[in-house]
Amino acid sequence: MTLHSDSILQVHGLSKSFSGVNALDDVQLNLHRGEVHALMGENGAGKSTFMKILIGLLTPDAGEILFEGNELKNNDVNDVLKQGISMIHQEILIVPELTVAQNIFLGRESTQWFSSWLNDRDINQQAETLLQQIGLEVSPKTKMKYLSVAEMQMVEIAKAISNNAKVIIMDEPTSAISDKEVATLFAIIKDLKAKGVSVIYISHKMDEIYQIADTITVLRDGKYIGTKSAAELDRKSLITMMVGREINTLFPEKSSSKGEVVLSVKNLNERGKFDNISFDVHAGEVVGIAGLMGAGRTEIARAIFGLDTFSSGEIVLKGHKINIKSPCDAIKNGIGYVSEDRKGVGFIPALSVKHNITLASLSNHTKWGMIQDKSESAVATQMINDLKIKASGMDQKVTHLSGGNQQKVVIGKVLLASPEIVILDEPTRGIDIGAKFEIYKLINELTTKGIAMVVISSELPEILGMSDRIVVLSKGKQTALLSKEEATQETIMKYAMQH
Amino acid sequence: MNNYFTQLGNSTKQRARGMGQYGIFIAFVMICLILSLITPKFLTVSNWTIIVTQVSINALLAFGVTFVIITGGIDLSLGSMVAVTGIVASLLAHPDDYPVIVPVLAGLLAGVFMGAFNGTIITKSKVPPFIVTLGTMTIGRGLALILSKGRPVSNLSDSFNFIGGGSIFGVPFPIIVLIVAFVVCSVVLKKTILGRYIYAIGGNEQAAKASGIRVNKVKMAVYTICGGLAALAGILLTSRITTGQPNAGAGFELDAIAAAIIGGTSTSGGTGTMTGTLIGALLIGVISNGLDLLNVTSYYQQVVMGAIIIGAVVLDGWNQSAAQR
Repeated sequence: MTLHSDSILQVHGLSKSFSGVNALDDVQLNLHRGEVHALMGENGAGKSTFMKILIGLLTPDAGEILFEGNELKNNDVNDVLKQGISMIHQEILIVPELTVAQNIFLGRESTQWFSSWLNDRDINQQAETLLQQIGLEVSPKTKMKYLSVAEMQMVEIAKAISNNAKVIIMDEPTSAISDKEVATLFAIIKDLKAKGVSVIYISHKMDEIYQIADTITVLRDGKYIGTKSAAELDRKSLITMMVGREINTLFPEKSSSKGEVVLSVKNLNERGKFDNISFDVHAGEVVGIAGLMGAGRTEIARAIFGLDTFSSGEIVLKGHKINIKSPCDAIKNGIGYVSEDRKGVGFIPALSVKHNITLASLSNHTKWGMIQDKSESAVATQMINDLKIKASGMDQKVTHLSGGNQQKVVIGKVLLASPEIVILDEPTRGIDIGAKFEIYKLINELTTKGIAMVVISSELPEILGMSDRIVVLSKGKQTALLSKEEATQETIMKYAMQH
Repeated sequence: MNNYFTQLGNSTKQRARGMGQYGIFIAFVMICLILSLITPKFLTVSNWTIIVTQVSINALLAFGVTFVIITGGIDLSLGSMVAVTGIVASLLAHPDDYPVIVPVLAGLLAGVFMGAFNGTIITKSKVPPFIVTLGTMTIGRGLALILSKGRPVSNLSDSFNFIGGGSIFGVPFPIIVLIVAFVVCSVVLKKTILGRYIYAIGGNEQAAKASGIRVNKVKMAVYTICGGLAALAGILLTSRITTGQPNAGAGFELDAIAAAIIGGTSTSGGTGTMTGTLIGALLIGVISNGLDLLNVTSYYQQVVMGAIIIGAVVLDGWNQSAAQR
């Protein structure tokens, strides 16, 4: 690890409040040249607000930002960009119908003939050089929409480099890319570092932080908690800094016993998605599904739940073959599904916590089509308490909740439909460590009640920590069905990469 | 302490949410106030009876299209449905032909059928509602011309003409229809499972589907209800002008959509209320009545109306971003 003495960005006493609530309170940061600086904290700790201020999207209430010794003040996004601070957003901002080169030089097009005629040849050449520099093998003339998420991210990095960025902020850059692509990304980050570019790296994934970060700054509830060198800070202390208390074991002890087979998936096929998938799930058991991005995990879950179709195979529920054509059929048969895509398939932002939570079981609270408000409110209140959902009240809109609480609302909705099987697809994606722990506890509570669980996850420690048995997929094929004793990170990875 | 904050949070949230609806209500009251100061004829029982009677047809259409817009759809065929249902009813409403219930039921049935047709095409074909109903708008107009052979259908029975022209205890019948329709639509939207599903689908169709809601069924219901309400409007109009006109209702869909939007229904779906739509329809009626009383020609009235539609949406946008900040 190399620590450079000269700092490029210094932040002191930064504060920002929204309608009386402190989002940031006296926050500081000292970023050195050529350093990868991880910014950590639970959801709602103030990381996004902090970054939005840095790139000029928000104006701080107090505090100063020194960039290369000069104060950055009253800057808008364009000024900040020109000075050399770029941000790669979690949700990538691109124009799909334009080419790679056109996206990189969007707003800075090269022109000729009285700056009115576009010079695409020039930007294609420049883009070519940039893409070579970061080792991305796509033509600058390819339309952006044909790229994978990881490639799009690389293009964004190329764009930042072409902007002469001295500081690049990366917000959860690995949330949607595969392990192999993560390796490429890290190689690029190391390369940037060697060239003296500083990176502010935001992520919830501990493994990554320790792989890539030199320094770690932790925020909690909008306050600055501390900055430590990554080498000196062990995981346990980092978690303690983030949550403000100690979490000894992330995965709680299980006490459930295995019952009858509830769900059998037999030779499930869908052309181009998955091939010959078979597994059983017993009452009180957790079956994990592991595999790399694109291995077909989510596709299988969606097919079982009736969101997508499958071409052949059987789904057997307690010995009876069932025919599921829509999620409505699945719910009636006692299957619940919590999607990986919380925003897209999970909750309805414009509806309140109460209305979201009762949505899948609303017919239990109606008389002649009229909703019985009392009984609806009663079960909603009960579920909000059971799952410890933090909301200002059950009439608060779900949009205003944190990621972890939104996830709990979706889980609550599924549970109110009294399922016997619950499929959780990436249940802890993008939520903070405290909420993760609560979801793990909840999974154990549900298995104790005899519910059969299927947990899909990209995080191997999570799969290993929670599952009784693990189905491993590779490119749509089932390559292993491991027992808890057989399963290690290495064996899972071996089967996940098997062809 | 904890409780106190929870309550505080609740009350400020509710206030912020209510502002959008109150905003249009306040605008409505202020316009009424100004008009009553300028012209003494405005704030009289007889003038208001005229306003509400005139508004009733647009309001019925607006209620129907509010359901549709909340699901994230649109219905451009409203005006044509008014014409077809009016023609169907009037063809059966000649004196001594049938009892009055026959033309009324036939008209309603025609509307329900056309609405269900819209719903079927939209849910089965995945073609956007805008395009489907643009098509059925033209089809409907053609049907009205075919059924009437292109000529107005006159000589209607007295009992049929009572629907749009009569009154009970001094209250014009259209106003009674309006009030009943408003109460029923509000209850359906706010208190029934169908209403909740309508909001859910407009808010996030994928999530609604994953919650076990039969999305296509709900959409079918919504377009069918919209057709039924359009039929009610068509029958009222035909009865009031005592003639079935194949060209009746042209452009009515735009006024109805405008009423819903002025009343706070978002065209992106998921939000809207019947009260808002009713106020939106009343606002349009009051302004056109006020401009009439002030002898402003109808040419200028159109300019004013357009400006109000844009203004209402701009204000709503400001309100919403203020609530978020």
